[in-house]
Amino acid sequence: MSAAAAIPDALEAGPHEPPPAAAGGSLGRRWTPYLLLLPGLLWLGVFFLAPMVSLFSTSLQTGSPEQGYSLNPPRFANYTDVWGQYGEQFLRSFVYAGIATVAALAISYPLAYTIAFKAGRWRNILLVLVIAPFFTSFLIRTLAWKTILSDNGFVVGLMNTLHITDVLAFVGLTDGERVLATPLAVVTGLTYNFLPFMTLPLFASLERIDPRLIEAAHDLFASPFTAFRKVTWPLSLPGVVAGTLLTFIPAAGDYINQSLLGRVGDAMVGNVIDSKFLRVLDYPAAAALSFTLMVSIVVLVALYVRRAGTEELV
Amino acid sequence: MAGPAVGGDLRILGVTKRFVDFVAVDDLTLTVPKGSFFALLGPSGCGKTTTLRMVAGLEEPTEGSIFIGDEDITWAKPYRRPVNTVFQSYALFPHLDIFENVAFGLRRRGVKDVKPQVEDMLELVELGQYARRKPTQLSGGQQQRVAVARALINRPDVLLLDEPLGALDLKLRRQMQLELKRIQTEVGITFVHVTHDQEEAMTMADTIAVMNAGRIEQMGPPTELYENPRTTFVANFLGQSNLLTGRVTGRSGDDVLAEVEGRRVAFPTSRLHATGEAVHIGVRPEKIQISFADDTASFDGHNVVDGVILDASFIGVSMQYVVRLPWGQEVAVFAQNIRRDDRLVDGAAVHLHWDPAHTFALDASQDADAGAALVGEPAAEPAVG
Amino acid sequence: MAATTSPGRVAPARSSRPGGPVNWLRRHLVAIAAAAALVYMFLPIAVVVLFSFNDPVGRFNYQWATFSTKAWADPCGASGICEALGLSLRIGFLATLAATVLGTLVAFALARHRFAGRSVVNLLIFMPMATPEVVMGSSLLALFVNVTVVPLGFWTITIAHIMFCLSFVVVTVKARVAGLDSRLEQAAMDLYADEFTTFRKVTFPLVLPGIVAGALLAFSLSFDDFIITNFNSGSTVTFPVWVWGAATRGVPVQANVVGTAMFLIALSLVLVGRVIGRRRAAG
Repeated sequence: MSAAAAIPDALEAGPHEPPPAAAGGSLGRRWTPYLLLLPGLLWLGVFFLAPMVSLFSTSLQTGSPEQGYSLNPPRFANYTDVWGQYGEQFLRSFVYAGIATVAALAISYPLAYTIAFKAGRWRNILLVLVIAPFFTSFLIRTLAWKTILSDNGFVVGLMNTLHITDVLAFVGLTDGERVLATPLAVVTGLTYNFLPFMTLPLFASLERIDPRLIEAAHDLFASPFTAFRKVTWPLSLPGVVAGTLLTFIPAAGDYINQSLLGRVGDAMVGNVIDSKFLRVLDYPAAAALSFTLMVSIVVLVALYVRRAGTEELV
Repeated sequence: MAGPAVGGDLRILGVTKRFVDFVAVDDLTLTVPKGSFFALLGPSGCGKTTTLRMVAGLEEPTEGSIFIGDEDITWAKPYRRPVNTVFQSYALFPHLDIFENVAFGLRRRGVKDVKPQVEDMLELVELGQYARRKPTQLSGGQQQRVAVARALINRPDVLLLDEPLGALDLKLRRQMQLELKRIQTEVGITFVHVTHDQEEAMTMADTIAVMNAGRIEQMGPPTELYENPRTTFVANFLGQSNLLTGRVTGRSGDDVLAEVEGRRVAFPTSRLHATGEAVHIGVRPEKIQISFADDTASFDGHNVVDGVILDASFIGVSMQYVVRLPWGQEVAVFAQNIRRDDRLVDGAAVHLHWDPAHTFALDASQDADAGAALVGEPAAEPAVG
Repeated sequence: MAATTSPGRVAPARSSRPGGPVNWLRRHLVAIAAAAALVYMFLPIAVVVLFSFNDPVGRFNYQWATFSTKAWADPCGASGICEALGLSLRIGFLATLAATVLGTLVAFALARHRFAGRSVVNLLIFMPMATPEVVMGSSLLALFVNVTVVPLGFWTITIAHIMFCLSFVVVTVKARVAGLDSRLEQAAMDLYADEFTTFRKVTFPLVLPGIVAGALLAFSLSFDDFIITNFNSGSTVTFPVWVWGAATRGVPVQANVVGTAMFLIALSLVLVGRVIGRRRAAG
């Protein structure tokens, strides 16, 4: 998925509060906002919400491509079937996504921090650089990892010489001397693909911190690390959470990285859904899997919204 | 299209502005004579900016009406009023250069050849060579002048200024105060200037209306408001006042007799602004003269009290004393620095005396601290209020 | 830091920063980490660009063989690539147009107006950005299959793209509109511009950069989308679908050429945009 040419401008622009109360800010009429909202929300309603309903209804159907599908009676057992069968894939998806999210956070945080506090004149250029890789096709970029991590390539050779691969194989992330077609390759690809989704919200959050707060902490005997722990990190949490949501959720449903960089046996939920929908044509099972994934995402978002409200989301 | 500038006095009649949870302007009535420099003075939140915005058309009054001459503009849209505003934040269009900013109003009214007028106006505010720059390239003082030019060029019946000098440093502010006064005198347009700075109002305006909590406390020329305030708010908000609690005891010809903690004071009837017996006896610090208690003197005809100096500060232009009166109250005395008396130090016993004509008497039911400067009063007023 | 007490000595010795490579490293740790992150991000790009000049042995372009500009000379040489590119461009253009219009309207409503149901709207706009593409793609497929009015192909792809691009346009434009000082519009009305003229002369020019940014974002999302497109395309082939199909058989070098070209075009667009922006601000 490639991202914005000009997100930096958008991020520089504005606060995230609702418009001012009273005081004649806009002399608009009362029904103007509803008219403005109508086309866009209608589109989302028909092509985002309604499909969810459709998905749910499909997940309760029984039948086959030849005989057709019917909802009579709705078969809730479809769900228990797929949970039983594909629990491992669900777990794998969340584990991979989790590792990728943590890795993305670790990689992005210093980058976002540098851009927010230490970049000065270079800030805009750096922001463009963060997004620039995503100007090329996502698939082609992911395929490039096949070259980078190829068995007789420089990177893997180096890792073997330093015995890093042995350690990773011990943990189960790699296979002997190979990195391609292993969990490590998949996680690497996942992390890579979602870096801007972690970096940009982090940057937006860090940028809003008044540097004088950090100075005050130093003045009050805090070492740089303590100042970070006690002042910077807590104040950047909204960005961390936003970035985490925007990384973990799509990563959990991804299957491209697994297909291109992983082992055949290590399917993620996305792979199963893809194959069941497009090859096996087992629509009810596929829909049940998809809907389950959707619900777990909704739960995560609901938890977030309960803590932080919706104004920071959009 | 804005109506032709017919002219006439600006009349605000019984205007009230009610927001959901509070009343910003409460039954306001005032007339601004055509061609005068009028100041709306008051602390943050008193309703002066709201009043201004209603005249500009950016707010609608809950009740009441607004006239310019005979034209009722109460419900007219802002772009249909012969009124222009100089905004507190200048609100210069960042995507247009100075020339186009100033020409904006003319172009909207269909003027074809704007060049001569724009160039003249830029000369008037001394920004001729900046015509093609963008607002962000100008300093605060320059931006402020562009804002004035942009409004003035349209020759409105009334020019509204919403704390236009708030963001400038002291020296620049003084300069701009004189500039604006000069321009107003030269151009002859009615200026309505909103500010919380009482020195600014007194310097620039022909007439001042002091506003508090949505109402006008007192309106009149600066000298009248300052020398003869009618409410404790005005007494404290303009300059500084000493207020002593007293009781009216009787009359003697044109004078009123009163007593303050057993001391007799007298003042002209014209300076009595209360009906009951209980009054605040007021006198300004600069009107009080201070003399060393041991010196024999008669202080003919003056009101006299005695006290002890608590603090004597040398300010440069004056000596400022805090004197404690026998009943515990502290008063301020300013003595112009002509001849300093070295005996007047902390702890010295003194006599304070003043001309009765400098006294004013206010209703004792009013809060003696109303309008007194608060510590840390913010420099600029928020957008609403 | 030698404090001196002997008279006649003019200045005390100056203390200097602790030197040495270890300290340098410690001071610049964060910046080094940031640089490493950037290297990590650009590594695949470098590979893509480099391998567009490769002349591979066999069908797969994963090993470097010899330098060659063959692929650049014949970009449409791979079967189906230019048709797929053309289709992606057409869909991208259409989807961008619709998403930008719809999204801008919503952004104005959110940034400028008060209305009931704000939280619901915020949530509805947010969800497509956060939902996994598998879920969005498969649910749309479920809809189209159940409804069977629209056959899978160009229009279902376009519909899907408009759907997920909308939210991104909203976020981008809303930030810009929210940052716009409403007093500028009040000033315009004070200066005889009615509501429509104010929008035309003040609001729109100032919001335009945000709208353009949103449109560019929408286009790049649409052009590069694979998962949702794959679910809803039937047998229609957009560029990412073409790459996916070629992946198992061996992706031709031309794909790298396209990837590199995309990168360069987008990069130059951004740089041009910045230069224009800077020149406009300078008057």
